[in-house]
Amino acid sequence: MQTLTPEVMLEVNNLKMHFPIRKGFRQRVVGHVKAVDDVSFAVRRGETLGLVGESGCGKTTIGRCIMRAYDPTAGAILYCNAKNEQVDLAALKSSDLKPYRRELRMIFQDPYSSLNPRMTVLDIVGEPLKVHGVARGAELEDRVANLLKRVGLRPEYMRRYPHAFSGGQRQRIGIARALALDPRIVVADEAVSALDVSVQAQILNLLEDLQAELNLTYLFISHDLSVVEYVADRVAVMYVGKIVELAETTALFAQPKHPYTEALLSAVPKPDPTMRSKRIVLEGDVADPANPPRGCYFHPRCRYAEDRCKTETPALRAVGQVGNLSHFAACHRAEELNLRGVVS
Amino acid sequence: MKDESTLLEVKNLKTHFFLDEGTVKAVEGADLTIRRGGTLGVVGESGCGKSVMSYSILQLVESPGRIVAGQILFHRQLKCNGQSQMMDVIDLAALAPNSRAMRDIRGEEIAMIFQEPMTSLSPVHTIGNQIEEVITLHRRVDHATARRQAVDMLRRVGIPKPEERVDAYPFQLSGGMRQRAMIAMALACHPSLLIADEPTTALDVTTQAQILELIQELQRDLGMAVMLITHNLGMVAEICEEIVVMYLGEVVERADVFSLFREPLHPYTRALLRSIPRLGQIKQGRLDPIQGAVPDPYNRPVGCPFHPRCAQMMPGTCDRIHPELIERRDNRAVRCLLCEP
Repeated sequence: MQTLTPEVMLEVNNLKMHFPIRKGFRQRVVGHVKAVDDVSFAVRRGETLGLVGESGCGKTTIGRCIMRAYDPTAGAILYCNAKNEQVDLAALKSSDLKPYRRELRMIFQDPYSSLNPRMTVLDIVGEPLKVHGVARGAELEDRVANLLKRVGLRPEYMRRYPHAFSGGQRQRIGIARALALDPRIVVADEAVSALDVSVQAQILNLLEDLQAELNLTYLFISHDLSVVEYVADRVAVMYVGKIVELAETTALFAQPKHPYTEALLSAVPKPDPTMRSKRIVLEGDVADPANPPRGCYFHPRCRYAEDRCKTETPALRAVGQVGNLSHFAACHRAEELNLRGVVS
Repeated sequence: MKDESTLLEVKNLKTHFFLDEGTVKAVEGADLTIRRGGTLGVVGESGCGKSVMSYSILQLVESPGRIVAGQILFHRQLKCNGQSQMMDVIDLAALAPNSRAMRDIRGEEIAMIFQEPMTSLSPVHTIGNQIEEVITLHRRVDHATARRQAVDMLRRVGIPKPEERVDAYPFQLSGGMRQRAMIAMALACHPSLLIADEPTTALDVTTQAQILELIQELQRDLGMAVMLITHNLGMVAEICEEIVVMYLGEVVERADVFSLFREPLHPYTRALLRSIPRLGQIKQGRLDPIQGAVPDPYNRPVGCPFHPRCAQMMPGTCDRIHPELIERRDNRAVRCLLCEP
């Protein structure tokens, strides 16, 4: 097993998650949906890594593999734990996972379905504390009260049920639950997507404050590029189960190196009528992850595709350097293309 | 604005829902005008009444909801002797929801596309069937013609192999394709106004770009007006000419798109524009969120509905006086006591 460099907290190596497709009376396996297909990236200590892509590109699956909600098909998830020991989360038995359930926590997308309507806020936020035997009784209540204060809710509300709260407040409860066990890594899966714009800003600010205060590392999964640009230090762009580009945020937004990133950036409506620009409208639909095209998965929709793109699968490689961070892209023509980013 | 180009005027519309818990004033004074062939954006957060307002225009508000006041004036062009055009003004708010006249307008003159294409298309009918139904309802055509028109319409909205897809069920299509089928259905009778209620919210950005492009292209070709209802300020900035901002069922500001984004007048519009992260803007400190949340619809604040969250609230004034929508000389309107002359 390779060793992690000190600034890396989590490293995903050649991660694959294939879901079987079953058909017929005997439920025979007739194929696989390659939701995550050979993905490697590293999450650095204290950073926010944004993971963007369209629905079905595998970004949520990666988050769930890291949480070990799924058992990955292949690959390693190397994690440097609080005692500075290195473990492969993908290889651990579920009984050995319990300590890591404290260190890696998740915030979910939908604040309505991710909170049990029959539990009070005290039960919801206190449950992880009880399960891990951290606190009980009056101490539990104290800790929950502190957590609620920390996320900007009034502790007096802890005996209320989720229905009594608005969407933004519910998302704060979900955040308090994720923070209950002093995690080191928080996987935020579309944490602000279900919220209204004015509330979204409140939650983004809260996440930022908590990161500074508690020294958290975020894996921020989202489909909203403007939000990711705002929160992330580095961004990984996914397309059909693969990372196509990974770079420092400003570099990626100003000078994308992959045609898919360029199209994605141009497709985002900009809230400024003087900046109406020609959108790059991609033809066709996202490739089917059960039956992806040969070569580069993006080539049928790419404006710059050559013959080589139809046969050779491009590897994710360093194509540039910004500071001490490499700019990775999986495109044969990454160096020669001059792609359009967003001007600031 | 009382000229030839007006297509639809909504005047002081109020739609209330009478529930056991109390009356929800979903729309409480909406005023807007749509020009023939124009594009109007209606923006606001969830619960601001933008959808209910559009449902009211088509008289689709379900019980216990009811239009309690206001007018919806639709200026219909009548073709007389093939050439001279006559204007006929109908008040849609006065028509019964299930009346013959209303049903003639619905789908033929004013059509609507909804947010979630999967739930608004029938799962047990093919998309061809559903488009044909619209055509046969409004036109005296036989089955074969209707089917041919349905195929043409599907081709028009960019569905590949329309002759085959016309027999597909909604579940066999992707989200983007479903929304295209929905648009084909809405446009089958060439309406003069298309109401698009969050048409791309359920779609990915690249598909969203395809659908926006399609709506704009069809609008140019067919000369219809579009009323785009969305919470996405980026989308209205991209395609609309005029914008109406709603808060708690009231229109708080109306302006053309350039003035609104350059110089927003209402504190709510200003706060809304400040609170969104913008693409391509180098991170300059923190976002500036609007404090609090949209109030519960049963307890509307007294005075200006926005005053509990407003940074420029004037104590003693804003919490007592309900501001009127003031028409300004530059063809903008704003509902705020600070902006009164």
